[in-house]
Amino acid sequence: MQASVRPALSVNLPPIVTSAAARETPEALAMRMTISKLDFFYGAKQTLFDVSMGIATNKVTSLIGPSGCGKSTLLRTLNRMHETVRGAQLRGEILLDGQSILAQDVTALRRRVGMVFQRPNPFPKSIFDNVAYGLRINGSKVPISEAVEKSLRHAALWDEVKDHLHKSAYELSGGQQQRLCIARALAVEPEVLLLDEPCSALDPISTAKIEELLVQLKDICTITIVTHNMQQAARVSDFTAFLLVGQLIEFSPTPQLFTTPGDPRTEAYITGRFG
Amino acid sequence: MATTTTIVPSAGPVAGSRSFLSRLREGDEIARMFTFLFAASVVLITVLLVFELWQGSVLSRHKFGFNFFRTSVWDPIFEQFGALPFIYGTLVTAAIALLIAVPLGIGAAIFLAELAPARVSDTLEFFIDLLAAVPSVIYGVLGIFIVVPLMRQYVQPALKLSLGFLPLFQGPAYGVGFLTAGVVLAIMVIPYIISVSREVLLSVPRDQREAALSLGATRWESTWKVVVPFARAGIFGSIFLALARALGETMAVTMVVGNTPMISSSLLSPGYSIAAVIANEFTEATGQLHTQSLIELGLVLFILTFILNGFARLLIVATSKRGSGMGHV
Repeated sequence: MQASVRPALSVNLPPIVTSAAARETPEALAMRMTISKLDFFYGAKQTLFDVSMGIATNKVTSLIGPSGCGKSTLLRTLNRMHETVRGAQLRGEILLDGQSILAQDVTALRRRVGMVFQRPNPFPKSIFDNVAYGLRINGSKVPISEAVEKSLRHAALWDEVKDHLHKSAYELSGGQQQRLCIARALAVEPEVLLLDEPCSALDPISTAKIEELLVQLKDICTITIVTHNMQQAARVSDFTAFLLVGQLIEFSPTPQLFTTPGDPRTEAYITGRFG
Repeated sequence: MATTTTIVPSAGPVAGSRSFLSRLREGDEIARMFTFLFAASVVLITVLLVFELWQGSVLSRHKFGFNFFRTSVWDPIFEQFGALPFIYGTLVTAAIALLIAVPLGIGAAIFLAELAPARVSDTLEFFIDLLAAVPSVIYGVLGIFIVVPLMRQYVQPALKLSLGFLPLFQGPAYGVGFLTAGVVLAIMVIPYIISVSREVLLSVPRDQREAALSLGATRWESTWKVVVPFARAGIFGSIFLALARALGETMAVTMVVGNTPMISSSLLSPGYSIAAVIANEFTEATGQLHTQSLIELGLVLFILTFILNGFARLLIVATSKRGSGMGHV
């Protein structure tokens, strides 16, 4: 499967799947999301330039690059979280399962494309209520307590919290809080999970736990992670996109990008010459 | 354990070697003394206040005892003084004020903080702060010339027609009275509620909103179920600020409340409040007992405010345990 998507992922080849015919090819079907010719503006300032890439189904795709390269912006367009910022505007197309996300109802889209943020941001509620929040506002097919347990298990947090689900989420450690936020996002069963530097506020042990978790979560959803930590990208992701001042410089399978980068700027970045 | 015991003795001499004088020179000690003095003055003023009120009301306290709180006759000629109508009027007008001002104020704050464009919000905030700074006598004038006639001609007759079967809305429509005083007080305290609540709502971390939105919440769901609960402690704070102002307000109340020491179940009837009667009668009180009864009323108002503020604190503590974000920060 990795081999079959590889051609579509190289930037040197023609941009990915924009025509209707192309969407039906096996390469296109393996893509949960496709971004094509994406330009992004904050007011008059353009921060993304003609970005085209795919997010492969049930894989981990990481976005790396120096600060200000637009990787978080790119991530936030995928569930239209950029719309909460005044003056943000985008041009281009983003497809989820072949349908434009820009034409969809934004709340329905965000149920399908969940998000975990840089700093753990649990609600000031109990552990249980945090995970149940999304279920309660969206309605749940299974009983809420079952769904909560399932999500906490998926987030590898169940064993640590099962005896005090009604304690405040603020009593958990930072790493546990972040896994709680992952559980909260998983509870609504998103197809895609976006993570915006989820480990930047965490210690190495908590980071390792979350990385391990991401690899397991591939089975139930498609993951896109922004990280400033190249080792993390190398450890957890199947595909890596390298961005520089708003441009997608290189997008390849992770081992390839880190061992034989196709662009001298990628090589300079991953060998630590800047950034 | 071993490491801490080695560190503490080595840190000790270093800290100790800086003498009182050297710390004085460096300003640490001066800053400490001055700030302590300022902080202590708050306690000192409070104690002095209570002491003065206690001392000044010795005659009336001895003469009436607990009957002061139980009787409702206020007769300077026969020197019979009971505080009940004033306590009642103070509480009722403040309650009406909050009943009106809290939903309006919080609603407006939510609009300004969450929904309005930044420019509209900031412009309106300027006017709200302006309103909060208007002297209360101006609100009193507004009350006399606008609120009272409106109440007499339109609002009170309408209330009697529609809800007249309730004991709350019976009796003649004078215009002045509990309800009118409550309405004027509401107008006065709304700016406080809006201003403080807006500030608190704006300070709710962005990532709380985004977390809710990313779970598929609508904008309103994220506001009502995440942002507002997070800001709950601060919003309560704004309400208690408003309550304190409503309880102590003197000028505006006395201009529209009717100044009649009366306890009536009807909100249309005229009444009186503690602050208003003190302001009206203090200069004219001839008998010692009259003066001292007024001072005791001041003491009662102080205690009333103290108790209500205590409840307010308890409420904040209780609700922040149940999950307001600010309580944890």
